[in-house]
Amino acid sequence: MPLLDRNGAKDNAWVISEDGTADAEQIIVAYAHVKEALAGNGRGRRIGVAISNTVKLAELLPHLAEIELVSITFPAYGDGRGFSIAKQLRNAGFKGTLRASGPLIADQFAYALACGFDEIELPDAHAERQPVEQWLKAVNAITQTYQHGFGVQNILDARRAARANGK
Amino acid sequence: MYRYDEFDARFVRERVAQFRDQVARRLDGSLTEDEFKPLRLKNGVYLQLHAYMLRVAIPYGTLSARQLRQLALIGEKYDRGYGHFTTRTNMQFNWPRLRDVPEILDLLADVEMHCIQTSGNCIRNVTADHFAGVAADEVEDPRPTAELIRQWSSLHPEFDYLPRKFKIAVTGSAHDRAVIKAHDIGLRILRNAKGEIGYEVMVGGGLGRTPMIAKTIRAFLPKHELLAYLEAVLRVYNLEGRRDNKYKARVKILVHEIGAEKFTELVEAEYAGLDGPSIDADPQEVARIAAYFAAPAYEKLAPRSSAYETAKAENRAFATWASVNLFPHKVPGYAAATISLKNIGEAPGDVTSAQMRVLADLAEKYSFDELRITHAQNVVLPHVKQDDLFAVWQALVAADLASANAGLITDIIACPGLDYCSLATARSIPIAQALAQRFANQQRQIDIGELNIKISGCINACGHHHVGHIGILGLEKSGKESYQITLGGDATLNAAIGENLGPGLAAQDVPDAIERIVDVYLKHRKADEPFIDAVRRLGLEPFKIALQETLHAPA
Ligand code: HEM
Ligand code: SF4
Repeated sequence: MPLLDRNGAKDNAWVISEDGTADAEQIIVAYAHVKEALAGNGRGRRIGVAISNTVKLAELLPHLAEIELVSITFPAYGDGRGFSIAKQLRNAGFKGTLRASGPLIADQFAYALACGFDEIELPDAHAERQPVEQWLKAVNAITQTYQHGFGVQNILDARRAARANGK
Repeated sequence: MYRYDEFDARFVRERVAQFRDQVARRLDGSLTEDEFKPLRLKNGVYLQLHAYMLRVAIPYGTLSARQLRQLALIGEKYDRGYGHFTTRTNMQFNWPRLRDVPEILDLLADVEMHCIQTSGNCIRNVTADHFAGVAADEVEDPRPTAELIRQWSSLHPEFDYLPRKFKIAVTGSAHDRAVIKAHDIGLRILRNAKGEIGYEVMVGGGLGRTPMIAKTIRAFLPKHELLAYLEAVLRVYNLEGRRDNKYKARVKILVHEIGAEKFTELVEAEYAGLDGPSIDADPQEVARIAAYFAAPAYEKLAPRSSAYETAKAENRAFATWASVNLFPHKVPGYAAATISLKNIGEAPGDVTSAQMRVLADLAEKYSFDELRITHAQNVVLPHVKQDDLFAVWQALVAADLASANAGLITDIIACPGLDYCSLATARSIPIAQALAQRFANQQRQIDIGELNIKISGCINACGHHHVGHIGILGLEKSGKESYQITLGGDATLNAAIGENLGPGLAAQDVPDAIERIVDVYLKHRKADEPFIDAVRRLGLEPFKIALQETLHAPA
């Protein structure tokens, strides 16, 4: 499945291995297997986890330091739970890679980045209909927004700066 | 009034360009109709029975003359020469073409307006008391709070794909004129024992299929903590709200299913983990917004104007209008005038472009360039000198805008119903018209006194029938329209859901039934007892009997 981030299309170095048994250096395991994968990780593989958007943050918290990637499933573009989970993970101090996986649309790219995602993994047909150029264009449609703590560019800080400059 | 700075202006322009691009991607097939739908909804574009419909946000119901003139122009150019004010103080145009929409959005941006989030599963246009800044019982003007929320909720990255729509209303008075308890979040500005300003936060109100009154989850939230607290509430809703059934997806269902206590617990736990100061607006920003709502330059006037008293003595129609449609202003010598859009026989809330221009002129000349739209689908000139009231009234008479029925039985709220709406099960506008005709007599209306009739054309309850003193719900029964009457609803801080009086009625029987209900009230009321108080005292029984009589009346 195609992958992209704020710079465009991206190679996927991670191998999906639900039960963690694949012979690879970077694996994404199913949530149900994350504990055993971490426990049996003697040889220093990089481990990521795929979660549904109904997982409770409290269950994930104890493992956050060891997990390098969390892939959050978006079952449909209209289901915005993933945005809140990403925000909660970032609030909890998660520093690894956050991946949104599912049929998102280009117009949600900026929202995803603002909530803390790094990359989007799209179903093939979906990516064909909405090529990467559309994502890179859509992400810049609105240059500044009104929320503190969601991405760098915000109007409130810009206003403060303007005030400080005596404008 | 709030004015856009360079940042607001650019934001709205970029949003229009974004929508143009979205329309183009829909047309070239990049976006499916399903994917495009939420995008168009979040720009106020609905697909309706006969055509598209465009819903323009009028944040907290405040408009300037220039803005209203622009709406008049849009009504002329892209609709059929009129617009329609809704119960959420928006303006709707019923006949625009999709390809004209980006152009209309540009015209709106020219006057600092937009259609952002007037529809879709996101935080909707924030409403407030239409007598903000006017009412004597006000703790603080609710509009700076509403504007702060408008900005914060616009294109919120986390909360644009909620389980369902989300409506917030704010009042700054003890008296609730914004129906806050029928909103997903209702905020009431109040002062604590130490004299500090804050909010009572109520969550989980709503009408629709499952009417609910909002529950208080925070008795006092310090004012500066608002945005972080809202973020916590919205996050809990976004994560926990039901998505399996669109009729159970509103926050009211979540609050109802897990209980207000548990909901409060979840919110407080989320809130405790947030870094509030990094989310909340800084005090300078709050002050910047508040400055736009500073009181206008009122003149120092005597509390009673002799010109006004003389005009009343000499002109009975004016005196009647003044006694019904004026609201006391906290500043001596001024009044707030309600301009009724409920002419007998017309669709509630409809206003022609010519009338909009008259209203704009009056606002400019007599009301510090300010107008308010009310959730009862009327317009208010908030700051008129008593000396000028007669001149204002004369201009209103000439424009057919002088109905003296604000708050009376013919000041009916009605949704579009089967005449425009694809979800309707019955007509509502013609019912409103028939009732208005039945009670057209001015003296009789005044004798009856304050009485709110609210009509919806299906269980979605856009016409607020649940909170009408008399509610009328149009349903369909074996191919025929059938109207259910409810009694005892209340939209104020004593919010209550009306109770069903009995079996449904045919359309032509509705005026008779309402007349019988009113007759019961007139017969049993004590002195100055208003209708709603009498209903509470008497209970439903005598009214049920009256309804039965209608059902069994000889044809
Ligand atoms: C003509 C097209 C319209 C359609 C298709 C429509 C659709 C709906 C639906 C489906 C609901 C129920 C939502 C829910 O319970 O989750 C609703 C609620 C509502 N609508 Fe409309 N509506 C329309 C027009 C209007 C108009 C013209 C007004 C104002 C006069 C309005 C004001 C409201 C209000 C106040 C609610 C209730 C809010 C609540 O449930 O808390 N709607 N509408
Ligand atoms: S109450 Fe029903 S008929 Fe009336 S506007 Fe809403 S959805 Fe349409």
